[in-house]
Amino acid sequence: MATEHIKHIKPYSPQFGTMIPLGTQKFLRTCVIYQFFRFIAINIRMTILILKSHH
Amino acid sequence: MAKIVIMGGGVSGHTAASFLNKWLGKKHEVIVITPNSQWNWIPSNIWVGVGEMTKEEVVFPLAPVYKKVGIDYRQAKAISIHPEGKEGDDTPYVTIEYTSKDKSGQQDEIAYDYLINATGPKLNFDATEGLGNGQGQMGEHTVSVCTADHAIHANHELEKCIDKMKAGERQKFLIGTGHGMCTCQGAAFEYIFNIEHKLKEKGVRDMAEITYISNESFLGDFGMGGIHFNMGGYATSSKVFAESLYAERDLEWIIGAHVNKVEAKKVKYELLDGTIHEKEFDFAMLIPPFSGVGLKVYAKDGTDITDTVMAPNGFMKVDANYNAGDYENWKASDWPKTLQNPTYKNMFAIGIAFAPPHTISKPMKSANGTPINPTPPRTGMPSAMMGKAVAQSITDMIKGAKEPTHTASMSEMGAACVASAGKGLFTGTAAAMTVYPIVPDFEKYPGVGRDMNGTTGELGLAAHWVKHILHHLFLWKAKLRPGWTLIPE
Repeated sequence: MATEHIKHIKPYSPQFGTMIPLGTQKFLRTCVIYQFFRFIAINIRMTILILKSHH
Repeated sequence: MAKIVIMGGGVSGHTAASFLNKWLGKKHEVIVITPNSQWNWIPSNIWVGVGEMTKEEVVFPLAPVYKKVGIDYRQAKAISIHPEGKEGDDTPYVTIEYTSKDKSGQQDEIAYDYLINATGPKLNFDATEGLGNGQGQMGEHTVSVCTADHAIHANHELEKCIDKMKAGERQKFLIGTGHGMCTCQGAAFEYIFNIEHKLKEKGVRDMAEITYISNESFLGDFGMGGIHFNMGGYATSSKVFAESLYAERDLEWIIGAHVNKVEAKKVKYELLDGTIHEKEFDFAMLIPPFSGVGLKVYAKDGTDITDTVMAPNGFMKVDANYNAGDYENWKASDWPKTLQNPTYKNMFAIGIAFAPPHTISKPMKSANGTPINPTPPRTGMPSAMMGKAVAQSITDMIKGAKEPTHTASMSEMGAACVASAGKGLFTGTAAAMTVYPIVPDFEKYPGVGRDMNGTTGELGLAAHWVKHILHHLFLWKAKLRPGWTLIPE
């Protein structure tokens, strides 16, 4: 699996100890079809939060 | 007829004024006092700061909006509060000084039956040597995105750097907090990623070294003690989320830092371990610390009672527990509910203007005793909700209620935050977060402090669409256009 996009990360640097998205995850970030469904999900979550928060 | 005076026309004050006007109608008087002639949708200032929006897209003039609905608008700054009136007249009042061109410098007294302090923060640039100009304004060494005008200047400086990089000159960018006690790390987070995104768009990303500097003790603290998100079946700390994005986008980070001096092209800072360092830059955006705007409060006989009404940081005391003691003893119930001043019951403080009982993040000091920890953020959603709740309470009190009837505690409400990581209809991304509650409640939600059913986060294009849509929605709402009440706070 290609990791060219994170060639800047050096072993044992602060950046080394975290998680980095790989191919599919990166693709999905800006995949319009997938993100359309995420848009719906985000709006549902925010609506629930708003309803829960108003007293 | 009751007179309700709102000091401040930002998100919180404008929300309170709009709802009071709607619910009370013409029988009562709503007066807004604000030194600004324009309303600013502050969350979009970062896009102005990278040239993705113009100033006109994030501000609009207040006067026509208030005139349309019958709100008395005074373009002035509030100077002092006199909650007991004066000799011979018990009517409480505030003193103001006009900032409009036609009345600049003139002072006036405005009486009130109810007062809402929504004055927001003073951008305390001078708290750090060299960050300010010594006269309360931003200095010449750094830029800011706190106001639309600051953001325009920031973009001009950014463009100069981009031109230099195109000509082959490497540039160093430093973005973050300009003092050990800052809040608003979210804005710095957004700006650094928008800069990185812009540099990639311009084809000069490889000519830039970009560093984040912050008073947070860990990346992802955001002044909220961090957040655990329900992600993929795990309670995942925002530290992991944040470090992942910084690492992926090749941004270095310096944390636990108190910037104590800014010079041309260089900052000096102290870390939690007590060591002192320097960092050079070509372009720096450093958020200033906030304080109250400096309102004074006087008793009937003219005695200065500011210390009774205001906390030492200049924010107004409300129904919070200011004697909560050490971090280990803090409780969610320390946070105010009604936002009513405990001494003068017809006075309220909302948004950034109320004095928090303590920070949300754990207080920390360097080995030299220097406080280095974020102060609590009051973002748009809770600020607007406070404005609406206090408007509801005042409306009910005018109609006979003895006590405030509505609450807006940050430990009993959530926040929806969308942090931009770069603008673009098909190339942009943002982090969409829901956090419940804003102030963690470790008694109710052991181990993580927040409801794992309501605390989520994700990064992607959809979140960017949400942020851009919210920009338009909230401007529509603030302009009190048809259906504005249908848009929730």
